[in-house]
Amino acid sequence: MRLEPIENPTVIRRLGLPAAALAATFLVASLLAMVAGANPFSVFGLIMKGAFGSKFAVLETLNRATPLIFTGLAVAVAFRAKFWNIGAEAQLYAGALVTVVLGTGFLPWPAFAILPALFVCAILAGAIVLLVPALLKTRFGVDEVVTTLLFNFIFLLFISMLLEGPLKDPMGMGWPKSARLVPEARLPRIVDGLRLHWGFALALISAVLVWIIQTRSTLGYEMRAVGLNKEAAAFAGIPVNRVLVKTALLSGGLAALAGFSEVAGLKGSLTLDLSPGFGYTGIIVAMLALLNPLGVVVAALFVAGIFVGADSMSRAADVPTYLADIMLASALLMMVLAIMLTRFRVVRG
Amino acid sequence: MSTHPEEVLRLDGITKRFGELTANDAVSFSLAKGEVVALLGENGAGKTTLMNILFGQYTADNGTVSVFGKTLPPGNPRAALDAGVGMVHQHFTLADNMTVQENITLGTRPLFSARLDRKEARKRIIELSERFHLAVSPDAKVGSLSVGERQRVEILKALYRDVRILILDEPTAVLTPQETDDLFATLRQAIANGLSIIFISHKLHEVMAIADRVVVLRHGKMVDGVAIKDTDKAALAALMMGAEATPPAVAPANPGETLMELKGVSTPDIGSAPGLKSVSLELKAGQIIGLAGVSGNGQAAMAEVVGGQRVPVTGSLALSGLEIPQWSPRKAVESGIARIPEDRHKTGTIADFDLTENAILERYSNTPFSRGGWLDWRKSRSFANEIIEKYDVRCPGPDTTIRLLSGGNMQKLILGRVLEAAPQIILANQPVRGLDIGAVNYVHSQLLEARDRGAAVLLISEDLDEIMGLADVIHVIAEGRLSPAFNRGEKSPAELGLWMAGQGFEEPARKQESHHAS
Amino acid sequence: MDIIEILFTASFWAAAIRIATPLILATMGELICERAGVLNLGIEGIMVVGAFAGWMAVYSGTGLWVGVAVAFAVGMLFGLLHSTLTVPFGLSQHVVGLGVTLLATSATYYAYRLALPEVTSPPKIAAFQPYEIPILSDIPFLGEAVFSQTPFTYFAFLLVLAVAVVLYRTPLGLAVRAVGENPSAVAAQGLSVTAIRMGAVIVGSGFMAMGGAFLTMSAFDSFFFEMVNGRGWICIALVVFGSWRPGKALLGAVLFAAFDALQIRVQQTDIGAEIPYQIFLMMPYILSILALVVMSRRAEVPAALMVPFNKGER
Repeated sequence: MRLEPIENPTVIRRLGLPAAALAATFLVASLLAMVAGANPFSVFGLIMKGAFGSKFAVLETLNRATPLIFTGLAVAVAFRAKFWNIGAEAQLYAGALVTVVLGTGFLPWPAFAILPALFVCAILAGAIVLLVPALLKTRFGVDEVVTTLLFNFIFLLFISMLLEGPLKDPMGMGWPKSARLVPEARLPRIVDGLRLHWGFALALISAVLVWIIQTRSTLGYEMRAVGLNKEAAAFAGIPVNRVLVKTALLSGGLAALAGFSEVAGLKGSLTLDLSPGFGYTGIIVAMLALLNPLGVVVAALFVAGIFVGADSMSRAADVPTYLADIMLASALLMMVLAIMLTRFRVVRG
Repeated sequence: MSTHPEEVLRLDGITKRFGELTANDAVSFSLAKGEVVALLGENGAGKTTLMNILFGQYTADNGTVSVFGKTLPPGNPRAALDAGVGMVHQHFTLADNMTVQENITLGTRPLFSARLDRKEARKRIIELSERFHLAVSPDAKVGSLSVGERQRVEILKALYRDVRILILDEPTAVLTPQETDDLFATLRQAIANGLSIIFISHKLHEVMAIADRVVVLRHGKMVDGVAIKDTDKAALAALMMGAEATPPAVAPANPGETLMELKGVSTPDIGSAPGLKSVSLELKAGQIIGLAGVSGNGQAAMAEVVGGQRVPVTGSLALSGLEIPQWSPRKAVESGIARIPEDRHKTGTIADFDLTENAILERYSNTPFSRGGWLDWRKSRSFANEIIEKYDVRCPGPDTTIRLLSGGNMQKLILGRVLEAAPQIILANQPVRGLDIGAVNYVHSQLLEARDRGAAVLLISEDLDEIMGLADVIHVIAEGRLSPAFNRGEKSPAELGLWMAGQGFEEPARKQESHHAS
Repeated sequence: MDIIEILFTASFWAAAIRIATPLILATMGELICERAGVLNLGIEGIMVVGAFAGWMAVYSGTGLWVGVAVAFAVGMLFGLLHSTLTVPFGLSQHVVGLGVTLLATSATYYAYRLALPEVTSPPKIAAFQPYEIPILSDIPFLGEAVFSQTPFTYFAFLLVLAVAVVLYRTPLGLAVRAVGENPSAVAAQGLSVTAIRMGAVIVGSGFMAMGGAFLTMSAFDSFFFEMVNGRGWICIALVVFGSWRPGKALLGAVLFAAFDALQIRVQQTDIGAEIPYQIFLMMPYILSILALVVMSRRAEVPAALMVPFNKGER
């Protein structure tokens, strides 16, 4: 077999194949649900209901989508430049860490300045954490995939050490848990009485900003050029390494905002289970969004919906929640295949 | 053509289409025992596709291939090999991390057999290399060999398999004229041993020298098959190029002041690619300076130094008499150097960018294309439109992905991109490689026009004919060393060939071929 | 006990080799894939699924070696998925690899929950036991350190030898190395680049799964979530550290495991008790990064690693 580029793919092809990929994902999930002895239709019904079936469910989905938008953007930005940041998890915790360190009464500043200061410091922390693998790549040629992955493990152990040491809440009854943020350091709710904080709005704003940067700015142009063809970019005079470092700073900062928003908006303190793999799920979100920053919002809502829905489905139908993870992993694989097939056709000979 | 008693290979009505493009259109010819048939044609005439069909890499839409009277099953890559056909590809099919012997024996035994029979194989390789004068050590890593040596490995690979029919695809592109003579000697030896040869080329004098018969392809169609004794170079050229435009006439040059000067420039070798060895070069206004040489002799280093990608370790660069302190691609562009890169697909353009994005690739960070870090897409787009119109880039519009353009149109966009700024210095590195004759003439006339308005043009080419036809002054580069400047017509091709082989230089060549078999 | 003294005890080296075994198995798997030109980031997930599959097979009543074979087979299945997407379709090896890791991990957890819905602590199996090789195990020091391991460890060492012999001394190995360096060299011989690459990834993935299975069937006797814990990523670093050579990669794995064993011992010393245990746990990951930094400059990367081959690309 051979792959032949399609010059002008039809609309049917461009939309039909991704739709088929999603359909195939649901088919796989159905089979697995049947293996678990459940009726697939009721399983999907329960997932839908759990994700979007009530005001509470929708708010829960939006809350869950918030960190995923940030990590999804972080991955989308990095992957666009073919900088393989698989370490959004570590950068998320870096943001959360700084938020907790500075937000528990440490800053002797007026109340109105605290949140902006936390916001900026969180971004810086995430950027710095990703700067190390970026410099290892540009200076020594060390592959960033492995370093960012390993940094996830290192950073989580570092957080664990701090939570059992200097950051441990004396009132926490022995749990490895930080002290709570002071009230001025908390992100307020968007609407009184609705359990949805400003972190979600920040995520939406970030998505739009990233989109503008990518399509309108010279930096965005440079990042896309480097991602598509490093050699040609370097020949044309684009400082490839500097662009990669800038990409890393932006990506790390975005991932750190996920940690900032989770701590300041939702949890109020730092624990080791702050993120159930938001950093890794960000990769799925970004890929499902085809690395488009605005698409990231939609993909994050979809992914969050599946997770939230699967939680309540699991309780009702006695199907393990891991069904959601399987669905997303297979959606990722089928989607990349489908997207490739919109641009190439398989021919014999 | 009737069936010849000694016929060893026959292609019959081969047709292959890729979407809209018909790469081969009912091509038929045959090869007799002990015969050399040249397959002549421009780049893109369909020679490579035809060979890929013969070797089962592609399946033909129509037609058959038969070897020694037996029809080969289509689409089976092993069929031609098993029938005794071997090929030396233009881009060598060798693994650099393996030894000569490992490369030669690759695929000669069933994959799942337990042993390699290394001793026996070694003996045969040495025997063959002596018989055919192909000196190379079986234990050398291929990555450490020179281009000429690699070609010997490729030929040995075919001989090791007892081929009866040998196909060579543009074998002389990487050789000096003298090395070419050696190759021809080896080939004559092979013919004497009963082999038949298909010799693919676009160089007329070589075809005249080695072939018994020539088959000419143009735009996928077979235009003629003639015996060498019944034709001459002029007739073949006419067949090959058809009635398309004649090459531009070259008026005498009118050289002015020195615009760029390299003084004693050296750069380090990178892998098997030599750097520059204390090179001094002057680029004068209103002059085309041709850099002749065999591929891989420092042309890349020269292009990178002039184009800003490489900073010399020793020596200096001066622009209009002023020494340049810092040097980078961006500096080069800002200093008014137009750079036409060797590989328009890999370095000249970004395939998935549209024409607009590619048009501003070198100057996106300057006005009018951006201001304060924000791009002005409207102005960028009208610049792209300007190029499309002025340089006759055939495309649906500036939003077309450049991947979809033909090589010639891609090159026109690059020309427009760099020439629109009215550059003082033009670096043209293999500017016509892979283009059809119409596009070649267009590029050449653009370079001449630039020269006549007072630009200095550095033309790097491995095609001696192109250099001799176009350049006002010729330098030869060999092993990173630069010959003195020769004026147009001062040296014959044979004399230049000696320089290309490294003769005539004051300093000895570096010891690159030290791990030869003795 | 002094740190230097620890290095001279046979029990220390016995522990190091035990720790090294899963790394050796999975590193060989990754090395085969990368030698053929395919980066397999599915390794982490494939180790998880291997750990579960082998253990589950034994738990449901098969023999130990059958369990190993089951792990191998399941690993090959995921290798088939990975290579189908990355080789003929040429999809991004980064994305597919991570996708396979996510899929294999979540599928394992799903299967575990389905198979054992009620348990709070996972059941144990009768794991591989140390086998003292007659005569050899009587050699002072070496006997205790090397020749009193479980048969699974001996298998791992034999595997390194086998991989080295196949890669450097057989027609198949020649083809695998060539396909990772210049696939057109293989295609020009009428061999299928696709088949050789897919085969390498499939078999390599099988060995990765065996590496996982060692954890549940020899190092421990039970399956826990997150028990692979980044070992797959470490193996990828080890392949680089070993310059894509089986012998050097083996050496790297043992060296690495020795550091790991050392930190465990040091943790138990008086000085060690004062340092937060997390610092020790970080060491393997930090070491891996250091190894990458040191080796990245001089390593001879297979030239076609991560470069898809589309025959007849025009």
